Amino acid sequence: MPPSNLSENSPLLEIDGLCKSFGPVKAVNGISLNVPAGEVLGFLGPNGAGKSTTMKMVAGFLEPDEGTARICGIDVCEQPKEAKRHLGYLPEGAPAYGEMTPYGFLKFCASIRGLKGAAGKQAIEQAIERTALGPVVKRQIDTLSKGFKRRVGIAQAILHEPKVLVLDEPTDGLDPNQKHQVRELIEQLSKDRAIVISTHILEEVDAVCSRAVIIDRGVVVADGTANELRGLLKDVENPSLEMVFHHLTSGDVLPDVSGELAGGANG
Amino acid sequence: MGNVLTIAGRELRGYFGTPIAYVFLVIFVIMSGVMTFNLGNFFARGSADLSAFFVHVPWLMVVFIPAISMRLWAEERKSGTVELLMTLPVSAGEAVVGKWLASVGFIAVTLAATFTLWITVNILGNPDNGVIAVSYLASLGLAAMLLAVGSCISAFTKNQVVAFVIGVAASFIIVTSGTPIVLDAVSAIAPKFVVEAVASLSALTHFTGATQGFVALSSIVYVVSMIVFWLFATVVVLSARKAD
Repeated sequence: MPPSNLSENSPLLEIDGLCKSFGPVKAVNGISLNVPAGEVLGFLGPNGAGKSTTMKMVAGFLEPDEGTARICGIDVCEQPKEAKRHLGYLPEGAPAYGEMTPYGFLKFCASIRGLKGAAGKQAIEQAIERTALGPVVKRQIDTLSKGFKRRVGIAQAILHEPKVLVLDEPTDGLDPNQKHQVRELIEQLSKDRAIVISTHILEEVDAVCSRAVIIDRGVVVADGTANELRGLLKDVENPSLEMVFHHLTSGDVLPDVSGELAGGANG
Repeated sequence: MGNVLTIAGRELRGYFGTPIAYVFLVIFVIMSGVMTFNLGNFFARGSADLSAFFVHVPWLMVVFIPAISMRLWAEERKSGTVELLMTLPVSAGEAVVGKWLASVGFIAVTLAATFTLWITVNILGNPDNGVIAVSYLASLGLAAMLLAVGSCISAFTKNQVVAFVIGVAASFIIVTSGTPIVLDAVSAIAPKFVVEAVASLSALTHFTGATQGFVALSSIVYVVSMIVFWLFATVVVLSARKAD
């Protein structure tokens, strides 16, 4: 991992000690991660582990109690508007204005992002092509299937060619062909970008992620490549990621090994 | 400013992309006709003016404005689009002003749709068109103010019905605060200067003055400061509650 004090080598996305409580519940309790260009980070964890809360803080939707995130070196808490220009974000559930058409919706997002006229048109057309939305661009979003709605959300996130992409469950609700398409798209986009995706689907980690982080109860419990995570279960032969996930998030954490790997995330 | 107009434009198109706009427009125009001709005895008065219409406008607004303002933020929060909007490079202030501006624009269209009344009085006699124009502006000012209040109420909740009912109550209090309905209740529990302060907040007093052709500077200051205060309150409420 590149040291973060070297500006030209510093990671595109830096998550620095994020904490967030809802009442007495500590949803996120000191998560730090660096994601350099070219990396696709899989964000795993059981429901309620703090994945979406962390992503909402990175996207500048929730204010953290402590810590911050930097997108291309710009602090989300200090310069939210500037930081958001470099970020593409797919919120959980891919919300969109249902009475609009995908084209109208993308035109609105492009206009807010300062892409107007010919540049806007080109960006919209490219996003439509990349997400294969062509057949439905003139239909009302409310009438679209779950898969198309999800892709409208992804199109909105990649519209302005952001350097950092944060996608909350990008393949949820897609059929296997569509999942494959989205994974290919993520792989294409990953070359000079930092991408974070959250997922429940462990096979996705092998399919697209160059690195995976498992969080549980608001803290990072493991951080490494898929193979490194499998290596955490030393006494099992050919462990599956599912076994690792189950082992680490059921409260039965291996303190010495996971501590060593999770420690690497705090650089 | 560009972002404000982009958000307002999207929002305004949203009204016409759903049945809301058409239902609202038609019912508002019908109700204003009923109020003017039946309750206002437009013909029996034998006078070429529109006071039979404008005297009912504040009461129409008490019911109709919350029907528009209730969805401003409650719907965005319910459907989750607030997360999308607030993670685009816009400030909360731009979003709040943009959405409010769209609702004011929509009410302007609605008021314009009652132009047949204006034509009618001009056919029947020689009304003071200056007074009518000022009355229309005062109606829009009253609407803009109540929309700002409703915007703040809408930011409190995800439930549009709650936003509507509280919006009607708040609009009623603001419109009537200079009348015995509110002042009697306040004078029973508060000293005289509080009663006077409440009375001076009455929208009805300012509005009635304007429909008679008297536009006081204090009325303009009143409307502008109410709008600024409530839109600012919307930003504060929204920032605190958007993710709940």
